[in-house]
Amino acid sequence: MTILANILVIFFISVGLIFIAVTAIGLFRLPDLYTRAHAASKSSTLGVMCILLGVFFHFWLNEGHFNPGILLGILFLFITGPVGAHIMSRSSYLAGVKPWKGTVRDDLKEEFERMKKEQGIK
Amino acid sequence: MIYFIWTAIVIIALSMVALLYRVVKGPTPSDRVIALDSLGITLICLVALFTILVETSFFLEIILLLAILSFIGTIAFSKFIEKGDIITRDDSR
Repeated sequence: MTILANILVIFFISVGLIFIAVTAIGLFRLPDLYTRAHAASKSSTLGVMCILLGVFFHFWLNEGHFNPGILLGILFLFITGPVGAHIMSRSSYLAGVKPWKGTVRDDLKEEFERMKKEQGIK
Repeated sequence: MIYFIWTAIVIIALSMVALLYRVVKGPTPSDRVIALDSLGITLICLVALFTILVETSFFLEIILLLAILSFIGTIAFSKFIEKGDIITRDDSR
């Protein structure tokens, strides 16, 4: 039983480690802010959720006490991680951060210019 | 199990070094904020793994606390970048 529990814990923590390493490589190598926000939000959220699930199973199956605080942390990270990255990339677009040179289409630009024309800003 | 946890901690520390490179070099402030958000998330992973290592469950409250603080910091910085202030007054709307 403890071997099965250890296999479960090691599986979840390994998957989380792979996703965290992918996050770091993505932020290191990708060319502009929006692709970096894409890498940072999705894969780091999934990685930390997998690692916390592994820790939760370790405390539940090996140590024998059920800890709902970790489950609450997983739920909170799942809700707030993508929301934070979305608000961050939207505000940096409005602040004028240019996308990468190889970007093919930019749908938000027309909307943004129409909105500025309607409201008469700048 | 102990060796596996130590290996995991070393891998997470190396990815924190890669994120610190982005914090130092990042061309715009938004890059730095996104990299700091990811640094907070890797810090949560470090706390969780050290909790297994020292065999106590007293540190598990820190996970939720760090998640909430990291989210509030990201929201405050994005509002500062977008509008120039964090808490808007009622008559300036």
